[in-house]
Amino acid sequence: MEMLLSGNQALARGIYEFGGEFASAYPGTPSTEILETIARFWKDDVYAEWAINEKVALEVAVGASYGGARSLAAMKHVGVNVAADPFMTLAYTGVGAGLILVSADDPSLHSSQNEQDNRIYGKFASVPVLEPSDSQESKDFVRYAFEMSEEFDTPVLLRMTTRVSHSKGIVKIGERKVAENKGFERNIEKYVMVPAHAIKRHAIVASRLEKLKAFAEKTELNRVEWKDRKIGIVTGSIAYQHAREAMPEASILKLGLGYPLPMNKIRDFASKVERLFVVEELEGFYEEMIAAAGIKVEGKKYFSNLMELDVDRVRKGFIEAGELDASVIMPSIETEPVLPRPPVLCSGCPHRGVMVALKKAGVYTNGDIGCYTLGGLPPLSQIDSCLCMGASIGNAFGIEKAGKTSRKTVAIIGDSTFLHSGITALASVVYNRGTTTTIIADNGITAMTGGQQNPATSTTLMGEKTYSIDLAELCRALGVQHVRKVDPYDLDETLAAIKEETNRDAASVIITTRPCMLFPKKVNGSPYEVDLGKCIACGACFNVGCPSISVSEVKNEKGKPKSQIDPVTCTGCSICAQVCPADAIARIES
Amino acid sequence: MKNGTTNVLIVGVGGQGVLLASEILIEVAKLMGLDAKKSEVHGMSQRGGIVTSHVRFGKKVYSPLIPHRESDVILAFELAEGLRWVGELRPGGKIIVNTQKIIPTLTTTGKFFYPEKAEEKIRGYSPGATLLDAYEIALELGNPRMVNTILLGVLSKSIDLEEDKWIEVIQRMAPKGTAEINRTAFLKGKEID
Ligand SMILES: Cc1ncc(C[n+]2csc(CCOP(=O)(O)OP(=O)(O)O)c2C)c(N)n1
Repeated sequence: MEMLLSGNQALARGIYEFGGEFASAYPGTPSTEILETIARFWKDDVYAEWAINEKVALEVAVGASYGGARSLAAMKHVGVNVAADPFMTLAYTGVGAGLILVSADDPSLHSSQNEQDNRIYGKFASVPVLEPSDSQESKDFVRYAFEMSEEFDTPVLLRMTTRVSHSKGIVKIGERKVAENKGFERNIEKYVMVPAHAIKRHAIVASRLEKLKAFAEKTELNRVEWKDRKIGIVTGSIAYQHAREAMPEASILKLGLGYPLPMNKIRDFASKVERLFVVEELEGFYEEMIAAAGIKVEGKKYFSNLMELDVDRVRKGFIEAGELDASVIMPSIETEPVLPRPPVLCSGCPHRGVMVALKKAGVYTNGDIGCYTLGGLPPLSQIDSCLCMGASIGNAFGIEKAGKTSRKTVAIIGDSTFLHSGITALASVVYNRGTTTTIIADNGITAMTGGQQNPATSTTLMGEKTYSIDLAELCRALGVQHVRKVDPYDLDETLAAIKEETNRDAASVIITTRPCMLFPKKVNGSPYEVDLGKCIACGACFNVGCPSISVSEVKNEKGKPKSQIDPVTCTGCSICAQVCPADAIARIES
Repeated sequence: MKNGTTNVLIVGVGGQGVLLASEILIEVAKLMGLDAKKSEVHGMSQRGGIVTSHVRFGKKVYSPLIPHRESDVILAFELAEGLRWVGELRPGGKIIVNTQKIIPTLTTTGKFFYPEKAEEKIRGYSPGATLLDAYEIALELGNPRMVNTILLGVLSKSIDLEEDKWIEVIQRMAPKGTAEINRTAFLKGKEID
């Protein structure tokens, strides 16, 4: 049977077919659908969970692997930074049953804060890196990954990219085969990484890498497509698809195993072509290693390390290199530029009230990663920093301690992000006698990535009821003496709380509590309307940045447009009504 | 139709049904026994952003992305999006635009404006453009939810896939009890030029 699957769905299918028994992840675009797919279709066969963060996701997957189950940990590229501590030493202990770490990289930063190239982690840890280039390979490479993991006693980094994860293609479907689960086998020298053991394991890592290099030379994961020998291209991942299309006549050495490289095979390939190129997305990862091996090669000179590649970018590189005629690229026709559509907080989003109140309070806001980051875009423009998940609290505390900033600063962090990596920072603030005010924007879900459960939502990924962490109690337990909950739909209450807590000489937490408008269920409320007779066209409601509010045809005496509200999308949160100085906005009487 | 691959670019705004439309199209191509790929970026589309979906099918498809100005057909669910993407059409390609307008929130800042005379401008770039108010037609059919299916009907005239395969897939993916109205809507779309 054949099905149209995305790379993520195909990878999930691979976990099922090739005997995976355990999967843990923390959500993050473009990786999220892997676990969602497993939980949706195969939860009776493969245990699937959301961990509290990526470090824990990897650690539990490591435990499951030690415990005899073929296991998966999945995360977006920046998640691997969070999991890097266990990852680096996991390379030393090796595995029990096959263990795959999926890193879903995001060239072009479609939904990320950076575009780091995680193939480098493979080299850093001496761990093999597999790079599927389409959906079929996303499934097939799971088998290779499990087998290599067990044969070489190593974790395997399966590196996806947004285009591989989120493109659909045709995939052949097979049956599930389960490997034998032998349970945990005690082995102190292998699993207990104290210096005396670890130093021996490091030597094993080095000899394992040599074996992997020999494997790389003969595996079918790396294949040559001989065509014209004028140009030879070494490529892998999605770049292979673009290069194959852009250069139909060129010979290609396609790498499925992106680390370690089959250097003899590459040397042989290079010797048989007139000019050798590497076409790879992001860093010159293959290119540097090939050049270091003394092979003449060209790459990043023509194919930028910024942003994802596509067919035209590959063609442009070869035009610059003098190997293609400029006419292969269609000249652009000049069309009229159309206004952008940046993402906005949804109608009724509870984060809007908090942002409006923060703006009124006139404070600096150290932001974090989640939907509330959208409060940094105009017209709200209320986020002053956003670094990585969990950073808001430490950033705000640091600015406070640096001592020279006259305005108050607050941290704002979502429920999922607070649990992911905010708890430790808050404890550190309390311990170090900080007076930071932290706002936990609690919408009861992990919204930005599409509505996943988290340890405060009372259900698991597989749909079971579970204990739900009480955020207020948790903060009190960390030693925060001033913890209060407010309703972000009540601007006066929220503003008063911000003013009071930022003026307090002690650490404080304000938890703004209201459900997300999209997840777990789309919320419809009773809509509001603008009384055009009363509206003075001051623009106050425009400044809350609500997608239900737009410019109407009616203008005031100075020609400024009055506003209107779309009754279909308005959920009735009333924030616009609360900022209206003319009392012109009210609930539609039914 | 370069190298025997058909390229269809479907564009619109989050929530309009672009992804479902491209899903149906690629399933029809697969049912015809063709190789097929599609690509879109999910991410933040739910929050009012632009949504684009590249669908490619033929004997063998490599890149999931359509190169610049190689779209054989563009289907725009929204008027300004039609204008935004018309420059991706290959010479001689076909653009189909639903004239519904979704005004971006940014216009309330007074610094950005929804394009004026967008229909004329699209025709200026592509004289053979088909512009239609699919919502109006759906209302005539008595079901405003048929916008998507009507547009697929219009699209089907510009690409070489069999009618009964289209209807089979649309009916398979449609909610229970709507098979007949979907078929009617698809055929209605086919009548429009
Ligand atoms: C290390 C890391 N892991 C995952 C992500 C992906 N990600 C972006 S926002 C977010 C969670 C947002 O949830 P929450 O803090 O509850 O805010 P909400 O979006 O619900 O407002 C996640 C998981 C990331 N950016 N970085």
